[in-house]
Amino acid sequence: MRAVAGIALGIFTYVGAAFAVAGDGCDVAAHLVHADAELPRVAAAISKSKSLTVVVIGTTSSTLPGAGGQALAYPARLEAALQKKLPGVAVKVISMAKPRQTAADMAEGFPRLLRDEKPALVIWQTGTADAMKGVGAEAFQGTLEAAVDRLHEGGADVIFMNMQYSPRTDAVISTAAYADAIRWVALEHAVNLFDRQAIMRQWSELGTFDLLAATKSLDTAAKVHDCFGRMLAELIVEATTVQPDRPKDIDKQ
Amino acid sequence: MPPIEPAGRDLRLDLFRGLALWLIFLDHIPANIVNWVTIRNYGFSDAAEIFVFISGYTAAFVYGRTMQQRGVVVASARILKRAWTVYIAHIFIFVIFMAEIAYLTRSLDNPLYNEEMGALDFMKEPGDTLIQALLLKFKPTFMDVLPLYIVLLIGFPPVLWLLQRAPTVALALSVALYTLSWNLSWNLPSYPSGTWYFNPLTWQLIFVFGAWCGLGGVKRLRPFLQSRWLLGIAVAYLLFSFLVVMTSYFPRYAVYIPKWFQDWMYPIDKTNMDVLRFAHFVALALVTVRFIPADWPYLKSPVLRPMILCGQHSLEIFCLGIFLSFLGHFVTSEISRSMGMQIVISALGIFVMICVAWLLSWYKRIEGRGSGPQPNASNADLAGGEA
Repeated sequence: MRAVAGIALGIFTYVGAAFAVAGDGCDVAAHLVHADAELPRVAAAISKSKSLTVVVIGTTSSTLPGAGGQALAYPARLEAALQKKLPGVAVKVISMAKPRQTAADMAEGFPRLLRDEKPALVIWQTGTADAMKGVGAEAFQGTLEAAVDRLHEGGADVIFMNMQYSPRTDAVISTAAYADAIRWVALEHAVNLFDRQAIMRQWSELGTFDLLAATKSLDTAAKVHDCFGRMLAELIVEATTVQPDRPKDIDKQ
Repeated sequence: MPPIEPAGRDLRLDLFRGLALWLIFLDHIPANIVNWVTIRNYGFSDAAEIFVFISGYTAAFVYGRTMQQRGVVVASARILKRAWTVYIAHIFIFVIFMAEIAYLTRSLDNPLYNEEMGALDFMKEPGDTLIQALLLKFKPTFMDVLPLYIVLLIGFPPVLWLLQRAPTVALALSVALYTLSWNLSWNLPSYPSGTWYFNPLTWQLIFVFGAWCGLGGVKRLRPFLQSRWLLGIAVAYLLFSFLVVMTSYFPRYAVYIPKWFQDWMYPIDKTNMDVLRFAHFVALALVTVRFIPADWPYLKSPVLRPMILCGQHSLEIFCLGIFLSFLGHFVTSEISRSMGMQIVISALGIFVMICVAWLLSWYKRIEGRGSGPQPNASNADLAGGEA
């Protein structure tokens, strides 16, 4: 897989460089976000009830620190971006990110989440905590598979978000097996994957954002999260309006 | 029953251990394009099985002879001294690792990475971390193999004693311990949570199996090794394993594996060395010895010499490989991750491993000359390269 991913990465980098001339900011990674599956429950919520509730569930990497952090983090940015794209629809994005939650911890709260919030879409950011705590990748995959089915039955579409691109911590957190598990479950269960890792790698390699600087400032982090929010909104709208071209994308990974 | 004395040095052991060391080095550089060549991508088992099996084989070969010639006490003392050496090597590597982490904690300070920073929390309690590392409970990523080897060596003297008297009983006991640990989830505890990544209670099976083979088991198995049927089964199993592993890279073909079969097969556990992994290694070994005999002419060719050299100094080269993979990771994360750089780092790392192995042989040769002729020179050589 690494070989294929590596070659794909090489191609992406090349293509991305071409994009970089035309676009700016987060656009250079836009080609890494594509709708592989439809979001029928989201489409129904938009067209029928004119209201869309999205729950973001995840860990610390779905938040930003400090007093203003919440407004700058991607769940809030997603709400703003979606609202702009969907005039006349009441958009609500609820962030339920908590530190150190494994996939199993989060899945435990799903019945309650479905009952209380009745979301049409759950954005599930996961993998990092499991890799850090050394939950087995196979057990992790099993948790995802069971939970995705439960979310679908409970009336929610799902978008997975994988871990951040963080090359410095590769030596202490080996995420590859977890990233593979997420990708696998996404394909098997026809769930969209927001490949945060590939996107951030692209930005880092093209120098769009300096992700590896030691800093306390929120400037870059806020831009990165704003991009996540806008790209997620793009993905959601694409997956509810156009017919996804699955066969083309399946070979990329 | 006196064990059948294996004659001379089997260069295949050095060759494949050298290969395993190279593969382990490549696998330990995160996000390295070159590690698509490593065998874990093509079947259930990987370089760890090769390494542990050959270590068991050579340990039995070397210390078995000592036990026969000098007695149980001397052989046990030598084995424990070896375990001590490996322990020191492990702690040395750990110190290098901590230095890398110390650098990371300073450079990682970024609000984006608050979560990932948590993985470095052990630096906040260096005292605790140090104690747990000395107890072999705290083992950073990729530093699990040597602790396994230390535990296997510590437990080895009675196993070797029994292997020389009743090899079949020893092997049966090993299988029994494997089965019990597997079913009752026995494993050693880790710090701060969890258990050992390589469970010594299950991985001992491949070590003891290696030792059993090293003490004449290969001769006992000869009729099986020459059976065409068994060869056919082994090849079929390798092919099956290859196809199954391929489905994880090309998920659209996974539908061809029936659901009930997937449920039965997965997870293929590395921590407890799943039976499927063990079988894969045995099949691989069977096919390998079939096509590469001990007197294979290429074993003496200069092309394979570097790999054999590395295999002959496995403890040193293993540690060097871990250090080089840290260094390689540092370069890929701080300087360049380009594909070219990954290839250069991989090639350079292997080149350095070869140079150091060559230097070690040279040093051993001049040392041996300085202290006069040594009757056990060939043994010492094997023992020195045994890890």
